[in-house]
Amino acid sequence: MLRRALRLGLGPGLLGRGLGTHRGGSTLDWDEKVSEIKKKIQSVLPGGAWNPLYDTSHLPPERADVVIVGGGVLGLSVAYWLKRLEKRRGAIRVLVVERDHTYSQASTVLSVGGIHQQFSLPENIRLSLFSVEFLRNINEYLAVVDDPPLDIRFNPSGYLFLASEEGAAVMESNVKVQRQEGAKVCLMSPEQLRKKFPWINTEGVALASYGLENEGWFDPWCLLQGLRRKVQSMGVLFCQGEVTRFVSSSNHLETASGEKMTLKRIHEVHVKVDHSQEYQPVECAIVVNAAGAWSGRVAELAGVGKGPPGTLHGTRLPVEPRKRYVYLWHCPQGPGLEAPLVTDPSGAYFRREGLGNNYVGSCSPAEEEEPDPGNLEVDHGFFQEKVWPHLARRVPAFETLKVQSAWAGYYDYNTFDQNGVVGPHPLVVNMYFATGFSGHGLQQAPAVGRAVAEMMLEGHFQTIDLSPFLFSRFYLGEKAWEYCVS
Amino acid sequence: MGSRACGPRERAQPIRGRDPAAWAGSRGAGESGTCKERGFGRGWQKNWDLRSKGRELKSLSLVTPVWNGGTSGIRGLSRAVDPEGSQWKGRTLLQFLTHRFYDVEAMREYLLQKQVLKVQQKNRFQDKEWMRPHGRGLSSGELWKLQEVPIEAVDASGCAINYQGLDNLLALKELQSLSLQRCPHMDDWCLSRLYQLADSLQELSLAGCPRISERGLACLHHLQNLRRLNISDLPAVSNPGLTQILVEEMLPNCEVLGADWAQGLKLGPEEQSRDTARSPIPA
Repeated sequence: MLRRALRLGLGPGLLGRGLGTHRGGSTLDWDEKVSEIKKKIQSVLPGGAWNPLYDTSHLPPERADVVIVGGGVLGLSVAYWLKRLEKRRGAIRVLVVERDHTYSQASTVLSVGGIHQQFSLPENIRLSLFSVEFLRNINEYLAVVDDPPLDIRFNPSGYLFLASEEGAAVMESNVKVQRQEGAKVCLMSPEQLRKKFPWINTEGVALASYGLENEGWFDPWCLLQGLRRKVQSMGVLFCQGEVTRFVSSSNHLETASGEKMTLKRIHEVHVKVDHSQEYQPVECAIVVNAAGAWSGRVAELAGVGKGPPGTLHGTRLPVEPRKRYVYLWHCPQGPGLEAPLVTDPSGAYFRREGLGNNYVGSCSPAEEEEPDPGNLEVDHGFFQEKVWPHLARRVPAFETLKVQSAWAGYYDYNTFDQNGVVGPHPLVVNMYFATGFSGHGLQQAPAVGRAVAEMMLEGHFQTIDLSPFLFSRFYLGEKAWEYCVS
Repeated sequence: MGSRACGPRERAQPIRGRDPAAWAGSRGAGESGTCKERGFGRGWQKNWDLRSKGRELKSLSLVTPVWNGGTSGIRGLSRAVDPEGSQWKGRTLLQFLTHRFYDVEAMREYLLQKQVLKVQQKNRFQDKEWMRPHGRGLSSGELWKLQEVPIEAVDASGCAINYQGLDNLLALKELQSLSLQRCPHMDDWCLSRLYQLADSLQELSLAGCPRISERGLACLHHLQNLRRLNISDLPAVSNPGLTQILVEEMLPNCEVLGADWAQGLKLGPEEQSRDTARSPIPA
């Protein structure tokens, strides 16, 4: 076998001439020949993906224990915690399949990057609290020997939610729950607001909640790269490709009451390579759906929701892409360095960006005016009509501003209750979800990754109980409703 | 203007000033190459690679491996105070070994974890240990007598205090003056905790802390009673002059000692030529 490889790599000319001799004026490109020979021999040795017929180095491996569909912050977080919580080093072979390695449309990097604990559901608060602790100690969690430490550029400036008369009671009860869970949030009256932030116009504001600690915004690209680097050093395999098919087997069972159930188990994931018809069937034990805005499509491939409506078989994964715009503007007289991320009761929000009086902000469009998620083109008219009036009303300094740039990104929007979906599917028994966080996925990613890894390894949640976020709630109709602005 | 030219990749570079070289290498073929080496059959490759890289081994054997037990690649304390860091000789051999052998990598990770634990241990509150001053200290009898006395000033310059360790300081509700100069582990997260001292704190010094940036300085706006603030010599602040102006605007009653506002400005051409004309000719 070795001789065959040597013969493939080296031509008869090289062996016949002998090394180091020049004849006939032909130059010996030694470096290139050596690297070619090495590559051939490496692929021949055990453990290499050797195929005598053609080069398969660009394809994923033929089998993996866990295949994670989606290489964004949630997928990488699940991979990280799987490798961290595995019982024996190297016990689990994890493959992360990412369609676009430039992350040009991924929600992670297009996000505004905020993190706060001002939710109404205790589970959300706990997720956010753990994630902020992860970010604070990121260089202990994601340290890689010989690589520089990470700087996620965290701005600990806090979030300021403003509530009108109608929302004041809900805000008060929310703050009570938040403080019970350990978040450092304080309530402010309009006079206190005016004293602390004189640039706010408190007309129409009855109450405000201000996060004092552990809230702010950071650089999501840095977190993503840090996770990628660490996860690669832990031995997780990456591959660039798109999941086109799941090959599964079904088990037809009958419940005690005579109802027919079909339990499915995914055996193979077909990963198609970019710009080619080539695909690799990857045998796997578990599939994690962390495909973000496209999770609904991936779930459909696995057969989730293919059944008569109203039954568990017919319950789709209600996650779809929703386009959201973000605008960057310059306002020379705008709020100073102390400005938190301010959220107006109308839904418009903004925060500072850097030292140069630049601000980033936007507003969520109303349900009826959802933009078409087919592309990521920005609608500047939306800023003029829907965002600017609210901002100018809330902060009079914003009446004179100049938009510098804008971009759009997707929410992996859960149309059911705008909160995440985690845990296994009741019928497709080896597909786990980690998606649907509708705009707060980035800030909860480290904690969600840990929860899903625990679910996979132990069979139940250990640190944070996310039972209200299981898939079965879509069938049972139990909304995990969040009484806050996302 | 509605085209994709305003995409986030292009926006990110000029505004955030991210160093493109730092992250460019982490995407693309180079990284995936390393991944494949480690992922597929790494254990088998190690012996072969050592034997085949004849030329490389020759150059490596000339370098004496300098094994500094406590300092791993990321954070030695010397590195912490000097954030640029200096590459130490023999590191290439160590890096080479780390890439090839799981055991070396595991040992280095263990040493790194131990170092972090050391800092954490120093910050755990142990009554007498934390109050022990340098050199000849107060006897424990004196310390117990002083327990009732409110502490007004703390000088923690050069201390290994971190986020957890601040618990000890924040309990001092009558603290008026706090000096955290040259603390290598004080960062933006720690500054976000200082709002608890807002009622009493009048003087704060953060000079020379290598990890504090303008993002952490933004949360000092809670300290409305602050009268003197020293933010000079902060290497992680990107624009010291502008930061000082913004901090002064944020804290109107406070005297801010920091960078000279002219720092970062270039000399005008007339002033430059005048300086060279005035330089004395050595006798």
